[in-house]
Amino acid sequence: MNEPLIQLRGVQFSYSPEAPVLDGVDLSLRPWERIGLIGPIGCGKTTLLHLVVGLLAPTAGTVWAFGKTRTGESDFREVRLRAGLVFQYADDQLFCPTVIEDVAFGPLNLGKTADEARSIAHETLQLVGMGGFEERITYRLSGGQKRLVSLATVLAMHPDVLLLDEPTSALDAESKTRVGDILRRLNLAMIIVSHEHDFVRDLTTRIVNMNGGRLIEES
Amino acid sequence: MIIFEATNGSLIHRIDPRVRVAAACAFAAVVCLSHRLVALEIALAAALGLVVLGRLSIVSILGRIKALNLFILVIVLLLPLFIPGEPAIRISGLTWTREGLHRAGLIALRANIIMLAMICLLATMEPAHLGFALRKLGVPEKLTHVLLFMIRYVELFHQEYHRLRDALRLRAFRPACNRHTFRTFGYIVGLLLVRSMDRAQRVLDAMKCRGFHGRLYVLAPFRFTPADAAFALLAAGLVILLSWIQLR
Repeated sequence: MNEPLIQLRGVQFSYSPEAPVLDGVDLSLRPWERIGLIGPIGCGKTTLLHLVVGLLAPTAGTVWAFGKTRTGESDFREVRLRAGLVFQYADDQLFCPTVIEDVAFGPLNLGKTADEARSIAHETLQLVGMGGFEERITYRLSGGQKRLVSLATVLAMHPDVLLLDEPTSALDAESKTRVGDILRRLNLAMIIVSHEHDFVRDLTTRIVNMNGGRLIEES
Repeated sequence: MIIFEATNGSLIHRIDPRVRVAAACAFAAVVCLSHRLVALEIALAAALGLVVLGRLSIVSILGRIKALNLFILVIVLLLPLFIPGEPAIRISGLTWTREGLHRAGLIALRANIIMLAMICLLATMEPAHLGFALRKLGVPEKLTHVLLFMIRYVELFHQEYHRLRDALRLRAFRPACNRHTFRTFGYIVGLLLVRSMDRAQRVLDAMKCRGFHGRLYVLAPFRFTPADAAFALLAAGLVILLSWIQLR
């Protein structure tokens, strides 16, 4: 039972032929594993996450996830439900007027009834320490609060894997600690993309460095 | 910039959004077609009644109606010049006719009645509910999505525009009527479009990641209550009365 959840095999990707972003990437995420993906800004870390959930398609190589190779849009729809991606900018993720509606959006899409979705949303907000914010207007929250809510919107779908894109960018020290504490408590496999070495090292089981479109395992 | 004031729990706020949207549309249509003063007086009384029932703040209503009436003022000033009839006012060669003034007055009255009704019936519900009600009444899903996302993001682009404008001001930009100004405004409009496109793409991506497949759901399901039925009957009665006065 140590089959990987997600595996990238020889994945290449480029926005233009002259400048490949990913140049043959292999990466396996096993159950309960927490991978920290570190690298300079613009090296393709976000691209890698978007490839995993099929928002981008690789120019070569394959994406294997939850038991089979994934190619088309309908393949990836299932991947997106099991691998929750938290975007770098909360403003891209949150689009409903109130917090509760935003957190309930995913469960409703999964076919839950309004009452079920509401109770899942309540529980998830409690989990990230945002209980009591249900009826608040989303775009008037502070940066740190938005980040926690956007984490809740993804957790509310009860994913098996969490993909986090720069979960601490533009956060103050206190909010960073809060995000770190929540992630530590979660019993989920994760890939955390960041350029903050200390934060990632503290949370993950192994670190992978990304540079020049390739991955290098850190010992 | 606040378009919707959804919460104060008045009688109007509690009416089923579907009923309110349907009533607002029927009322607006019949008021548009009314020419008789009696009918418009009754309609105005009804609209004012809605303001009272909705417990809306007079100040905010006046603010909203002001913009409309600046536009109406232009019509009131210009229309009577072009409609033939008995002269009413003459100033240095320009003649405003009695018939023209009457026609312009009707337009002003109708516009204000409809605006009041819309403020009371539509602006008093959650944007999401407006979208949902429109869908239930048969408006295509795509159009309601466009409406909902416009409501959500218009504020964001407004802020973005202000940031860009501040950035210009910090570098001592002063608009004038010259090529430099036109080019700069061109850049700003272009940049706003590009940024909106990018953001729209990112929001769609994030929605897909949460299982979006072309349909939005509403958390609080609508319930059709006796109060809704009573309101619908009243509205229907009013619309029929106004039509009858007009067609008599």
